[in-house]
Amino acid sequence: MTSDNGRTNRPALSLHVPEPDARPGDEVDFSHIEIPAAGSVARPDVAVETAAIRDLPYTLIRVLDENGKAVGPWDPRLDPDKLRRMLRDMMMVRVFDDRMYRAQRQGKTSFYMKSTGEEAVAVAAAHALDRDDMCFPTYRQQGLLVSRDYPLVEMMCQIYSNRGDKLKGRQLPIMYSDRAHGFFSISGNLGTQYPQAVGWAMGSAIKGDSRIAAGWIGDGATAEGDFHNAVTFAGVYRAPVILNIVNNQWAISTFSGIAGGNLTTFAARAVGYGIPGLRVDGNDPLAVYAATAWAADRARSNLGPTLIELFTYRVEGHSTSDDPSAYRPQDAGKAWPLGDPIERLKQHLIGLGEWDEERHSALLEELGTEVRAAQKEAEKLGTLQNEPWSDISSMFEEVFEDMPWHLREQRDQALAEKGAKSA
Amino acid sequence: MSKMNMIEAINSAHDVMMERDPNTVVLGEDVGYFGGVFRATAGLQKKYGSSRVFDTPIAEGGIMGVAIGMAAYGMRPIAEIQFADYIYPGFDQIVSEAARMRFRTAGEWPIALTIRSPYGGGIFGGQTHSQSPEALFAHVAGLKVVIPSNPYDAKGLLIAAIEDNDPVVFFEPKRIYNGPFDGFYERPVTPWAKHPSSEVPEGYYTVPLGKAAIARPGSDVTILAYGTMVHVAIATAEAEGIDAEVIDLRTIVPVDIEAIEQSVKKTGRCVIVHEATRTGGFGAELSALVQERCFYHLEAPVQRVTGWDTPYPHSLEWAYFPGPVRLGLALKNAMEV
Repeated sequence: MTSDNGRTNRPALSLHVPEPDARPGDEVDFSHIEIPAAGSVARPDVAVETAAIRDLPYTLIRVLDENGKAVGPWDPRLDPDKLRRMLRDMMMVRVFDDRMYRAQRQGKTSFYMKSTGEEAVAVAAAHALDRDDMCFPTYRQQGLLVSRDYPLVEMMCQIYSNRGDKLKGRQLPIMYSDRAHGFFSISGNLGTQYPQAVGWAMGSAIKGDSRIAAGWIGDGATAEGDFHNAVTFAGVYRAPVILNIVNNQWAISTFSGIAGGNLTTFAARAVGYGIPGLRVDGNDPLAVYAATAWAADRARSNLGPTLIELFTYRVEGHSTSDDPSAYRPQDAGKAWPLGDPIERLKQHLIGLGEWDEERHSALLEELGTEVRAAQKEAEKLGTLQNEPWSDISSMFEEVFEDMPWHLREQRDQALAEKGAKSA
Repeated sequence: MSKMNMIEAINSAHDVMMERDPNTVVLGEDVGYFGGVFRATAGLQKKYGSSRVFDTPIAEGGIMGVAIGMAAYGMRPIAEIQFADYIYPGFDQIVSEAARMRFRTAGEWPIALTIRSPYGGGIFGGQTHSQSPEALFAHVAGLKVVIPSNPYDAKGLLIAAIEDNDPVVFFEPKRIYNGPFDGFYERPVTPWAKHPSSEVPEGYYTVPLGKAAIARPGSDVTILAYGTMVHVAIATAEAEGIDAEVIDLRTIVPVDIEAIEQSVKKTGRCVIVHEATRTGGFGAELSALVQERCFYHLEAPVQRVTGWDTPYPHSLEWAYFPGPVRLGLALKNAMEV
């Protein structure tokens, strides 16, 4: 192409489309990932000026070192009972996930999503929050429910859309909702929960309450406008909210670079909004706990929001509908250098003399029994395959508080269809 | 009773509800200290404090998202979207979240949210300050859509909307904020003070959602209208000397089907009028309802009088606006068959 505008010596423009480091067939190589030593990051006072901690989004807060020892200023110094409970909850999530994944493969439901490798993100946060703080999760924080003792049977009934499903067969499996456990309804439209978490927190502040809110979003969905809206509003109104970004590096088949993850860290988004950003080893339950507790303390002190990036890795597929071997090297998750959160906490407890292999195996056995018993209970109430939720008229309820005439008409029509046969 | 224009009536509805219910909060662009670009929230921040009436960033998606979060907390937010033309960044939060939250949580999290927004043309606002997007919201399961046509109704309907435990989209025809506009744009504007519906009680009252009003009784033809077009319909009927019955729908979802059926079965003719674009407009739904329910009473095809299927123009406003000429022709057509 010729040009007389003085730019003739420049090469033609070209579009940069980021690519991940490895695709199927390539060697998995995480050697470029910078991992600061555990304990090496300073822990500021919660009342610190945000401008003074602009380095925190670019490092990685870690507590557990390679030997499972808790080191440095972020060590939350939890008592062994609390640590064992966190270990138990993470193990329960994994056992539950495996069981429900299998149930989906057996055709008992349509869909499931595991959180393998990311259990600490939800479990440690749940333990650092107060029981009445409000969670606005995305779809991989089942650990919040497990940690808050939500009945497994209830979770399974939702997954099965069966007669016991309190959501009346309306929601895709794992899109739980439970007000009593401070777990807001999960949306499939990603990112919507983020400004809602901020709004809930603003409500709490308007009413002079003491409860705070926490939201979770994936690395991929930070690209949504809702992310920007949420962090803008949270900063402007100093909302008592913790905004977590679960950076598991994969949005279905799309690597985090497509969400801008190669340009800077996700925690660094906080800098532009003028709020504190922490970047945390998401596979280190003690670091997740400590960062959440720090942010909760800030929020409860009227100091406003904190953005926390939880750096982790999605070990399994996005969902039962996904096969990651089609877009990334097989077993990439096993090579993830920050390890497995369950193994790391287990090793820590053993190092403290508060746990051993025998107790671990016994607990695993116990959790398996508990999950199987719950599954048996849930399946008595049906599965999606066999006797799912089937009350047709219930479909027309709770669209509005009171059913308007057009829904009453359509309900009657739907009920009439039930008995009729097509020609 | 006192004389109020629509803005004063809407302002009064806010005032009454903020006084009655401490969970009522008002948020939106310029609604705080300044009191809104149309002054609908004037004086409220001073009276109720900045934690209950506050300015927001220019982010309609954010306004909707946080309003839903506040409603989930237990507040009763009233969110102003400065112009209906600006509502689209908030569409996902309204459609996918607010509208379905009661359903998807099996009643655990109803969203008692009122979304107010000035809409419609006739003010030389061009294509970003004149749109009538009501059909987009009427199409969504779980939303109520309300459009008042006068000060008395505006206040009573807004109070009912705020008290409603479901999300309500409340579109305010901005062309008639200060006076009833009958579409004869070359004539001087009459103020609300000369209209009986500007007699508005100062305190609490409601006009129920889902109930239409007969704005002009008649026997020759039914005109289904809402918002500004109610006034255009009355004036056109009178100018044409046609004894039309003008039904002011007031709420389009849920629509008052009894009022529609009753009138059309009586007159045997039906003309539907709205400012919005024609294709897929709410008039299409009304036309289908009339056809389904009143077919054997109809003497003539149902007619639609609407804005054209173009973006709203600036200089050609009156060629676009479905005024007395377009409506008059449709009425004559309906009467000739």
